[in-house]
Amino acid sequence: MDYKEIIASYADKPGGIIEAFHAVQSQLSYLPREVIAEAAQVFNIPVSEAYGVASFYSMFSTEPRGKNIIRICESAPCHVAGAAEVVQALERELGIFMGESTADGLFALEFTECVGQCQATPVITINGEPYLDVNAATIPGILAKYR
Amino acid sequence: MINLTIDGINVSVSKGSTILQAAREVGIYLPTLCWHPDQAVKANCRVCVCEVEGNRLLQAGCSTPVTEGMVVKTKTPQVIEARRTILELILSNHPQDCLNCIRNQNCELQDLANEYMIRDNPFELKVRGYKLDRSTPSIVRDQDKCILCRRCIDACSVTQSVFALGVEGRGVNSMVVPTMGLPLMESPCVLCGQCIHACPVGAIYENEQIDEFLAAVADPDKIVVTQIAPAIRLAIGEEVGMNTGELPMEVFVTGLRQMGFDHVLHTNFTADLTILEEGNELLNRLKEGGTLPMFTSCSPGWINFCETFYPDLLDNLSTCKSPQQMFGSLVKTYWAEKMGIDPAKIYSVSIMPCTAKKYEASRPEMNSSGYRDVDLVLTTREIGRLFRMSGMDFNQLPPSDFDSWMGKYTGAAVIFGATGGVMEAALRTVYEVVTEQELKDVNFTGVRGMEGIKEAAVDLNGTEVKVAIAHGLSNARKLMDQVRSGESPYHFIEIMACPGGCIGGGGQPLTKANKKRAERIEAIYVEDEGMPIRKSHENPEVKIIYDEFLHEPLGHKSHELLHTHYHAKNKRYL
Ligand code: SF4
Ligand code: SF4
Ligand code: SF4
Ligand code: FES
Ligand code: FES
Repeated sequence: MDYKEIIASYADKPGGIIEAFHAVQSQLSYLPREVIAEAAQVFNIPVSEAYGVASFYSMFSTEPRGKNIIRICESAPCHVAGAAEVVQALERELGIFMGESTADGLFALEFTECVGQCQATPVITINGEPYLDVNAATIPGILAKYR
Repeated sequence: MINLTIDGINVSVSKGSTILQAAREVGIYLPTLCWHPDQAVKANCRVCVCEVEGNRLLQAGCSTPVTEGMVVKTKTPQVIEARRTILELILSNHPQDCLNCIRNQNCELQDLANEYMIRDNPFELKVRGYKLDRSTPSIVRDQDKCILCRRCIDACSVTQSVFALGVEGRGVNSMVVPTMGLPLMESPCVLCGQCIHACPVGAIYENEQIDEFLAAVADPDKIVVTQIAPAIRLAIGEEVGMNTGELPMEVFVTGLRQMGFDHVLHTNFTADLTILEEGNELLNRLKEGGTLPMFTSCSPGWINFCETFYPDLLDNLSTCKSPQQMFGSLVKTYWAEKMGIDPAKIYSVSIMPCTAKKYEASRPEMNSSGYRDVDLVLTTREIGRLFRMSGMDFNQLPPSDFDSWMGKYTGAAVIFGATGGVMEAALRTVYEVVTEQELKDVNFTGVRGMEGIKEAAVDLNGTEVKVAIAHGLSNARKLMDQVRSGESPYHFIEIMACPGGCIGGGGQPLTKANKKRAERIEAIYVEDEGMPIRKSHENPEVKIIYDEFLHEPLGHKSHELLHTHYHAKNKRYL
C-alpha cells in the first residue's frame, strides 16, 4: 500500500493520525515530510500541528533511518546494570554512533526510556521486540538475526 | 461571587476567575511569563506559583480558579524560593546576552531576573546552540532565547490563523519552530510580526536595518528621502517616553531631519492618492460587472495571506499598490522631475509600522520607477532606537514642515492607520464622486473600533453598497471563506492583517495588550478630527499630481506606476 492509502484508511478514526503514522512508519521506518503533510490534509489540521505530533513521540522519526531500529534503554536501572557497555558494543559492531544509521540502511541506533522490563536489565529492543539481560558478548548473535 | 483571602486581604470575584485575576483586584501582581492578557491560559512556565492553604504543592496563579473560602499566599519565603528556582532553571539554557540583545530593558525575563535578584545561578549554563533564522527580510528568530511560553504560537494560530509556528519534540528537547522545522520563509508565515508583540523575550524580532540607513546618510552621492506611514506619529512618542499621540507631527519631522533625512515627505499623500485610485476602481467594478467583492490591498501581511491561502481570490484584490509602494514609484519619477533631482541619487526610506513592508519593498516587481522603488524600510521601533541614540529632547525641538509635492495629506489619510480607516476614507470620497453632493457628516462611526468584523451599508444614489471590515487574519479568513463559497453579500471588503490595523502592526512599539491598540485608535480619530481637510479628493497636492502628471485615476500612467498584480505563493506546507 502506498502511504496515501494507509493514511486514508485511518481517516475516520478519532485520533487516527497517531495510528496512521505508526502504520506508515512500519513500512518506511521513518515519516517523510510528504507523509506528515498528507496526514495534515486528511485529518484537517495545519501541517505545523501534524509535524508537532510526529516529532513529539520518540517512537516516530522525521529523519530517514535504518530499517531495523535498535533502542537502548537509558533509564536508571538499565544504566546501572551496564547499558553504557552495551552501547559501546553496538556502536563497535555496527560502526556507527548512537543516533545514526548504518550505510546499508539496515540498522538505526537510538536511546529510549524505560520499556518496563526492569526485571532483566540492561534491555534493548529491536523493532519493538525486547531483548533482556544483554551484554557485549550477546550482541553479535542478536544482530545476526536481522542481517 | 466567590470570596477568598489573598495575603490576608478579603477579595470577592466572579466565579471562574483565577487567583491571578483576583490578586490584581487588590493590587497584587503575580510574576508571569507564559500568561498573556489577550490569550488563553497556557500555564507552562510556573513562575506565577502561590501557596494555597490545604494544598501540599504550590499552585499556578494564572490557571488555578478561585474557590469559596480559599486562602492564598503570594509572597511567602517558600513561594519566593520556588519562583527563583524556576527562573534559574529557565536561565540555565538562556544566553546571558542582555547587553547585546534587542530586548535589553524591554524583556519580561530580564525584568523578573532582576526583581527576583538572580545572582549566582546554581545551575550550569548550557545554551542550546540553535542557528539564527534570518530566512525572511522581515523577521529574525533566535531560538536560543526562546523560553517555550508558546505565546507566539497563540498569536500566529488563534489571532492570525496562519499556523506557521508549532512545537517540535518534547520536554527539554522541545523547541518552537516554523512548519516542519524549516526556515520561517518556507513556512506559510505572512510576516505580520504579531509573534514579535507576543514574545516576552528577544527570541523573535524585526530585521534591524539601521546600519543601512546610516550608510546612506554617510554617502555624499545619496539624497535620502523619507515617507512616514499614517500609523507612526501617534505611536512614536511611546518610544521616546511620551504618551500615545503626544508627539506633534511637526516635531517628529524635525527629529527626522536631525537624523540626516534630506527630504521628509509623507505616505499619507499616497494614502489619499490610493483612495482616488481604489475608489474609482470600485466604481468601475460596480458599473462594469468586475470581480466583487473588491478587497483592499494596502496591508502586505494580508496580501501575503491571500496569495498563500486564497490564491483563487486574487482577482478580488484591488490592483492598487499599497501607499508605501505608490510613494516609492512616484518619488523617483514625478517628485524627482519636479525637484530637478536625478532619480538615481534618491535613496528612498519608508518608516512603517509593519514588518511585512520590508518584504513588500523587496518584491521583484516593485521597480516601476526604473529603480528599486523603496530602498529601505525602517519600523517605528527602529526609528525609536535611532531617536534614543540621538539624545534629542523632543520637548525642546522646534517644529518644522513637510517638504513639498508629496507631503500634504487629509484626515482621510490619517485614519488609514486604524481598522476601518481605509473603508471610511473611501466612503468619504466615493460618496461625493457618485452623488455629486457634499457629504454632510464625514464620520462613518459604524466602521470604527476593535470589533473583529464590522459591516455597513451606504446608499449611493439609490444603489446600496455593502461593505465589511476585518482586522486580524482569523477574522479575514471568515470573510474569505464566505467569498469562496459564493455567499458573501458585500461589494467592498477592507482587510488589515494586524489586530487594530496598522496601529497594531508588527513594527510598532511593543504592545502586549489590545488595550494599547484601542488607545492608539482613539488618538488617530482625534488627529483626523483636527485636520482642516478630511476628504482625500480635496488634497491640494493630489489635485496637482493629477493635473500635471497622472491626468486621471486609472489612467495610463497610474497603471504603469500605481497598480500591480499578485501571484499565488504555492507554499508547500500549509
Ligand atoms: S531575551 Fe531578555 S533575558 Fe534574554 S538576553 Fe535578551 S534581554 Fe536578556
Ligand atoms: S510573522 Fe505573523 S504569520 Fe509569521 S510567524 Fe509571526 S505571527 Fe505567524
Ligand atoms: S519565541 Fe518567544 S513567544 Fe514564542 S515560545 Fe519562544 S519565548 Fe515564547
Ligand atoms: S530501566 Fe531499562 S527497562 Fe526499565
Ligand atoms: S504565568 Fe502562570 S504558569 Fe506561566
